[in-house]
Amino acid sequence: MISYSVEKEYQGMLDAYEKAGGDKSALQNKDIAKLVIHKNRVLSADGVNGIKIETKETKTGVNIHLLVEEGAKIPHPVHLCFGILPKEGLQEIIMKVTAQDNSDVNVIAHCIFPNAVKVIHKMDADIDIGSNARFDYKETHYHGEFGGIEVIPKARIKVGKGGVWQSTFTLSQGRVGKLDYDFEVFCQDKAVAELVVKVYGKGSDDIKVWEKIHLNGVGARGLAKSRIVLSDKAKAEVKGETYGNAPYARGHVDCIELVNGTEAVARAIPIVSVTNGKAKVTHEAAIGSIDRKQVETLMARGLDESEAVDVIVRGILR
Amino acid sequence: MLVVQSLRLMLNGKSIIDDLSLEVNKGEIHGILGENGTGKTTIAYLIMGVNNYKPTAGRIIFEGQDIADLSVSQRAKMGIGLAWQEPARIEGLRVRDYLMLSGNNQGIEQVERYLWMVGMEPERYLDRDIDNTLSGGERKRIELASVLAMRPKLAILDEPDSGIDIVALPLILNGIVEMNRQGSSVLLITHSEKVAEIAHLVSILCAGKIIRTGAPLETNQWFKDNCRTCLHINEPAH
Repeated sequence: MISYSVEKEYQGMLDAYEKAGGDKSALQNKDIAKLVIHKNRVLSADGVNGIKIETKETKTGVNIHLLVEEGAKIPHPVHLCFGILPKEGLQEIIMKVTAQDNSDVNVIAHCIFPNAVKVIHKMDADIDIGSNARFDYKETHYHGEFGGIEVIPKARIKVGKGGVWQSTFTLSQGRVGKLDYDFEVFCQDKAVAELVVKVYGKGSDDIKVWEKIHLNGVGARGLAKSRIVLSDKAKAEVKGETYGNAPYARGHVDCIELVNGTEAVARAIPIVSVTNGKAKVTHEAAIGSIDRKQVETLMARGLDESEAVDVIVRGILR
Repeated sequence: MLVVQSLRLMLNGKSIIDDLSLEVNKGEIHGILGENGTGKTTIAYLIMGVNNYKPTAGRIIFEGQDIADLSVSQRAKMGIGLAWQEPARIEGLRVRDYLMLSGNNQGIEQVERYLWMVGMEPERYLDRDIDNTLSGGERKRIELASVLAMRPKLAILDEPDSGIDIVALPLILNGIVEMNRQGSSVLLITHSEKVAEIAHLVSILCAGKIIRTGAPLETNQWFKDNCRTCLHINEPAH
């Protein structure tokens, strides 16, 4: 096993963060709230006015409490950086997030496992969004090319009256490995939830995505959107569930899975349920090969077929 | 520039294109005028090589080379561009990126100019996706702008007026004329005599066969007098 000193670990994480598309300067800026965790070590944890970050290292990971204080409008995105640099390791993140009433924050998380051969990354989050608060969470993964990683992000999110939860999970750089994504949102009156997942599976990647939205309040709105591209022998199963349980609740499940090649396997299971006569929930799912007309449209501009497919795949995962 | 000789296409035992011959000369706008179902789009697809259409017989010669066995991108690289009648929607592909790749990265100022040429304000459209958030007319205009960006030797425009409102139509027609002034020959496929008026030469298509070619004014009038009132669509009796 390679051993890393704290300084080397921190520098290594910064470099990997930058390589994965992160803004390294943001992790060094005192005006920006940030949290950098390598394996089970907290390398940096800085709040700013309106944000408190508490951490506790455990044997296998870190327990985190992220608090956005009532009425706080955080001007710069909060940056989170989690990862494991060696080939092997386990990281379990237990996260408690509280966004108090009328707060507003954007959070950008980068999860970095560039050398993973036998790595497990688990996140178990309990998230509470207050009334009229807005929380935008973007999580991007960078996994390297070995595919020896298991990622298990799970979150239970409660959105208070008039609150907004928006999350985008992107895993399109490097191999996915094994992904078991499970996010569940409960919306009160006029709350909004948008769950977006974008994944590019290659090799023998195994992808499971489960998005669940419970529209329990009057006028609550929800969108469960997934965009999956598969090549080689990758397989994916996407479950999108939306439940309209209150008057004027509106929900939609939108799943597209593109299969590039003959051996990849895609499944989509949309579940829409209404228990109130004034609620409305819809779904659309499209699974199939890349649309020939789209490819020919780009080829008619001079792109080769593989270049055209690449443009289409990048577009759908953008 | 483009010579189509005795072209035939049979699909499922049915004749779609029947012994069709056609020439588009350098610098020319050549209109193909026909009612629905006469094979207009099929001609566009055969010349561009899309939709898996391969001629059953005949030759398609572009600048002296038979292109029937070339791929779509090879034909595009030779200088043939197609504006589809119903352009594909591509999620996540921004207008700016579509026009940049069409124009081989000519630069944003040029891209903006092509949008203006089809009556679209760049600041409103550059960062939008060419997906189904655009109306049919908007998508059509972007398709035309992308062919403008290509600066092709031969532009095949398939029903460029369909889905375009009457306010935007003159802009589209001006854009086509400007494209021609800038050096592109145009194969202008339409069912509208009004649109065909900008052509230098018009051919009338019926049942996959060209039944008449001539100057726009008289050919359009002949089309109006004979084809519009014809009870035997796609059964040429002339």
